[in-house]
Amino acid sequence: MNAFLLEYLPIVIFSGIAIVLGAAFLLAPMVLAPSNPDPEKTSAYECGFNPFEDARLKFDVRFYLVSILFIIFDLEVAFLFPWAVSLMDLPEAAQRFAFWSMMVFLGVLTVGFIYEWKKGALEWE
Amino acid sequence: MIPASSLAEALGLAAPELILAVSAMLILVGGAFGGRGSSGVASLSAVAALIGAAVAAAWGDQGVAFRGGFIADDMAAFAKAAIYAASAVAVVLGERWLGRAGNAQFEFPVLILIAALGMGMMASAGDLIHLYVGVELHSLALYVLAAFQRDDARSSEAGLKYFVLGALSSGLLLYGASLIYGFAGSVRFDDIARATAALEGEGTGVLFGLVFVICGLAFKVSAAPFHMWTPDVYEGAPLPMVAFFTTAPKMAALVVLARLLYEGFPEAVDQWRQVVLIVALISMAVGAFAGLAQRNLKRLLAYSSISNMGYALLAISAGTAGGIEGLLIFMVLYMVDSLGLFACLIAANRAGRSMENIGDFSGLSRVNMPLAVTVTVLALSIAGIPPMAGFWAKYFFAFQPAIEAGLWGPAAFGLLTGVVAAFYYLRLVKTIWFDPAPGEADVPPLDAKLIAYASAIWAFPVFYVVVSLIEPYAAQAGRSLGLS
Amino acid sequence: MVASIAFYVLAAATLLSGLAVVMSRNPVHSVLFLIAAFFSAAGLFVLLSAEFLAMLLVVVYVGAVAVLFLFVVMMLDVDFAQLREGFAKYLPLGGVIAGLLAIEMIVVSAAVVTRGAASGVRDVPAPAADATNAEVIGRVLYTDFAFLFQAAGMVLLVSMIGAIVLTLRHRPGVRRQNVHDQVNRTRAQGVSVIGAPTGVGIPDDLPQAARTPAE
Repeated sequence: MNAFLLEYLPIVIFSGIAIVLGAAFLLAPMVLAPSNPDPEKTSAYECGFNPFEDARLKFDVRFYLVSILFIIFDLEVAFLFPWAVSLMDLPEAAQRFAFWSMMVFLGVLTVGFIYEWKKGALEWE
Repeated sequence: MIPASSLAEALGLAAPELILAVSAMLILVGGAFGGRGSSGVASLSAVAALIGAAVAAAWGDQGVAFRGGFIADDMAAFAKAAIYAASAVAVVLGERWLGRAGNAQFEFPVLILIAALGMGMMASAGDLIHLYVGVELHSLALYVLAAFQRDDARSSEAGLKYFVLGALSSGLLLYGASLIYGFAGSVRFDDIARATAALEGEGTGVLFGLVFVICGLAFKVSAAPFHMWTPDVYEGAPLPMVAFFTTAPKMAALVVLARLLYEGFPEAVDQWRQVVLIVALISMAVGAFAGLAQRNLKRLLAYSSISNMGYALLAISAGTAGGIEGLLIFMVLYMVDSLGLFACLIAANRAGRSMENIGDFSGLSRVNMPLAVTVTVLALSIAGIPPMAGFWAKYFFAFQPAIEAGLWGPAAFGLLTGVVAAFYYLRLVKTIWFDPAPGEADVPPLDAKLIAYASAIWAFPVFYVVVSLIEPYAAQAGRSLGLS
Repeated sequence: MVASIAFYVLAAATLLSGLAVVMSRNPVHSVLFLIAAFFSAAGLFVLLSAEFLAMLLVVVYVGAVAVLFLFVVMMLDVDFAQLREGFAKYLPLGGVIAGLLAIEMIVVSAAVVTRGAASGVRDVPAPAADATNAEVIGRVLYTDFAFLFQAAGMVLLVSMIGAIVLTLRHRPGVRRQNVHDQVNRTRAQGVSVIGAPTGVGIPDDLPQAARTPAE
């Protein structure tokens, strides 16, 4: 067991507690609570008559568009982390190159951002 | 680590890619500000960018950059020039076609440019990561292109099918690549070659990985038994997009497969040759026999493309410099024939509807003689009837390297399936010339007509001149991998 | 010892949740199991000291991609019970393919056991003791692999274009807020003084622009 993994011990303990508590709350009612179901009691209730349709509603396709645009910029940010922590460790010339490399990358996505803005993909109507 | 001074040089080697990427972004921004009317200008600039990139690739500097991941050599130059040229033709065909369909958008040339960028990356890939990113970059653009007519249910279905099966093939490719990396300890093709040589026949893991990568790339070139998406996608996707799908991406995938096999596994020729040969033979058979039952021309051309991929893989399986040379020239001739046939399909309309079935072509010679002659020449060429280009492509450039490498049996099998496949092309020719015409054909649009005529003229006399011109370059490209 | 216990627990969790993704009846449950699989895979990355990748998996896949999947599952109005009817029909073929893959994996694993992976000419560089995972990636990604880095940018760009080309629709006749117009609006455009004579009121033929204030 090395020191690196030891840093993750709190997370392991935390998830252990979460699992135990979650399981306890699931199991306790099964054991303790009184349960005598009948078909009418467990069926879905909609003002006295049988449900007409699925309770799940269709989402508008625009939710999808917004979330995919979000993911794209999310990934862009993910590329910034290693850049931010390592840029200053690089040798001088490579540092300059790495800096402009990231600027070009951000530029590409800015082009995409301008495009989607002008197309009106960010407006909700 | 490459010092920064040579990083500038590295960018110089990637000049074609830079041209494509920068012009794609300029067109995107320009189109966003210009609105819907800007698609004509956008396409024109895209064609100019593709020609510029082809020139930069053909006459640019050569070398290796980015830790061996990017190779600019004769083979890459040849393949890139061909890929960019085919993409430029696709831009012209598609822009006019979409304009007629009332769906001209400036995103179309941008997507083709980005696809061409990805295919160029594949042609110069020197390691597995560049290979994979190139495959993904061009595939994503192609999925969107397949579904470009988004209000047409068939086009959407084609896009979705292409996407799901393409994702599956990318998964196979990645799994294989990770196995190769795990066992060889490097993603670079030359390091892999050294590692497999050191393994001395104990490279089970590497070979498993290689088989998966071959399967993934076979998906991309629609070689059987990984071809099941091809007829459906070709039938549903818009015609000019299919013309693009059958040409440039296949060239890119075949070139990168050849580079991986020849540079990464020169010691294991006997092992990978079996796999490539099996894929080639099944493709030839499936393309020939399944095509017989097709009445829809787009599906028919899908099977025709599958059988042609069999011939191309046969050339690769030779494992010699001659194999590369044969592959490159075969693919150029096939791309011209294929683009020409799709241009004919775009040109042939009756009462505003595309002539998609073989029956629609009956009596074309009586209503539109020049188009009938064009279709006939191109069909005979792709069927491999002398003296057309396709005959030489098949027998001289695809079969001969295989025969020289001692692969008599597969070449004979290819000959046999070629005869079977010739039947369905000849049936088309017979329909055109001897069946009665049901009605007048529409006046063909100028762009498709001109491209069709040009490729027909190429397929019969012109190619004799051109091939003798490009043959030295292809030979040089074949030698650039350091094989005899 | 503890590390191997953690490995087996996480690997089992990944596999079981992966199986549950395919087998569960409710597609929303499938997505939730997928999130569980992502989490346990992130744990496996941590065991390999690939901290940065582990966190990226959580941020990107759990935080964004899984949410997108939920949207898609909610958006599709598909009868999933009907989709499953083909399951039994394709089971034999799928079983054969799965069996082949399993055999291959066993062969490959056997090769790992006998020869060890990464037995190539070039040793995989050991993680530097002084640098974190993100730093090690950052040292090469933006210089040596700059080409791939920019290509990744292009992949993101093409996915953006694709999403917009395929899904963006403008409904006609929708009024949008135009900040530029709002700010530039002058008094003359918005206000008009109309003399209304007593007992007559505002004339009926008043210009439309004066009657309704501009948007």
